[in-house]
Amino acid sequence: MARRPLQEINAGSMADIAFLLLIFFLVTTTMSTNTGMQRKLPPPPDPKIKNDEAKVKERNVMVVLINKDNNIAIKGKPIQLKDICAKTKLFFTNPNNDKNLPEKKIKDIPFFGKYPVSKGIISLQTDRATNYGKYLKVNNELVRAIDELRDTKAMQKFGMKFDELGKVNKDEQKAVSQIYPLNISEAEPRRITAGAGK
Amino acid sequence: MAKFARKGKGGTPAISTASLPDIVFMLLFFFMTVTTMKEVDLKVIIKKPHATEVKKLQNKSLVKYINIGVPIAKYQSKFGKEPIIQLNDAFANVSDIGPWVDAVRGDMDAENRSKMTTALRIDKNARMGIVTDVKQELRKAKALKITYIADKISKKDFFLK
Repeated sequence: MARRPLQEINAGSMADIAFLLLIFFLVTTTMSTNTGMQRKLPPPPDPKIKNDEAKVKERNVMVVLINKDNNIAIKGKPIQLKDICAKTKLFFTNPNNDKNLPEKKIKDIPFFGKYPVSKGIISLQTDRATNYGKYLKVNNELVRAIDELRDTKAMQKFGMKFDELGKVNKDEQKAVSQIYPLNISEAEPRRITAGAGK
Repeated sequence: MAKFARKGKGGTPAISTASLPDIVFMLLFFFMTVTTMKEVDLKVIIKKPHATEVKKLQNKSLVKYINIGVPIAKYQSKFGKEPIIQLNDAFANVSDIGPWVDAVRGDMDAENRSKMTTALRIDKNARMGIVTDVKQELRKAKALKITYIADKISKKDFFLK
């Protein structure tokens, strides 16, 4: 048979095919990106070392309790959700060196030199029946307190917020986070039987 | 030749559709790049909690999800109405988390194993009991980086909810 010249493929249906794919991706797309609160769990308990929490002085620990009725208490005193942030800030800054608030330890921190860093630790304790949403809210307030402290510090020293600082200079950001570390310990679960607000 | 005489001369010429495929392809590529396929079909109902101090999850391939919530209606007769754990596509017990972490880590590249983040997608009405159990298991499995999935909300709305 005589060779015929190759026929050109009709590209007219290209648009249809592309539309088909487009519609498929349109349907399967989920635009929402997940957001979350990042946290680091403590390493598994070492059976050799026991009760290392007992070594911490009482004034350095802020016990935040949420009982089964979702009532919050800090150091045994009932507190409202909206007041937690201010209380936590006061706990970490201890501006008047109050005897009941945490001690400070002079640490060598890059960019800041010798700086008194609070030894404070927050211990967040819940009952097994506590509502998770409430727990996350309290958690959020504690993190917010530290974030705001960091923001103020970063603003004072470097003239920008903590998050923005991370984009410009990671070392400077790290220095700020050393001044206000995220010291939230979530102790081994225990059953809180009595009402926390008492 | 006279056959091809123009009809209605001077009218607006038809818009060429030759560039239509290009436009469609452009859209197509856009959606292809932003698409993230739904990882699993959720068999539990999860109403996400709200928080202000949230960050976007980085490196999606390193984030693995643990879902906790009440089973959807068709599973309720079998699994009850209490919040339970869903790993991948199946319901699981707390004791399944350790092996699951190992399996997930096994699938990752060696250098990424330490960067694995476990995202806890938990219904806001769940109780802390199950959450602490899961966290204890994760500690035992040395999967220490976790993130609590929550939707961002403004500070003003946060206290109203």
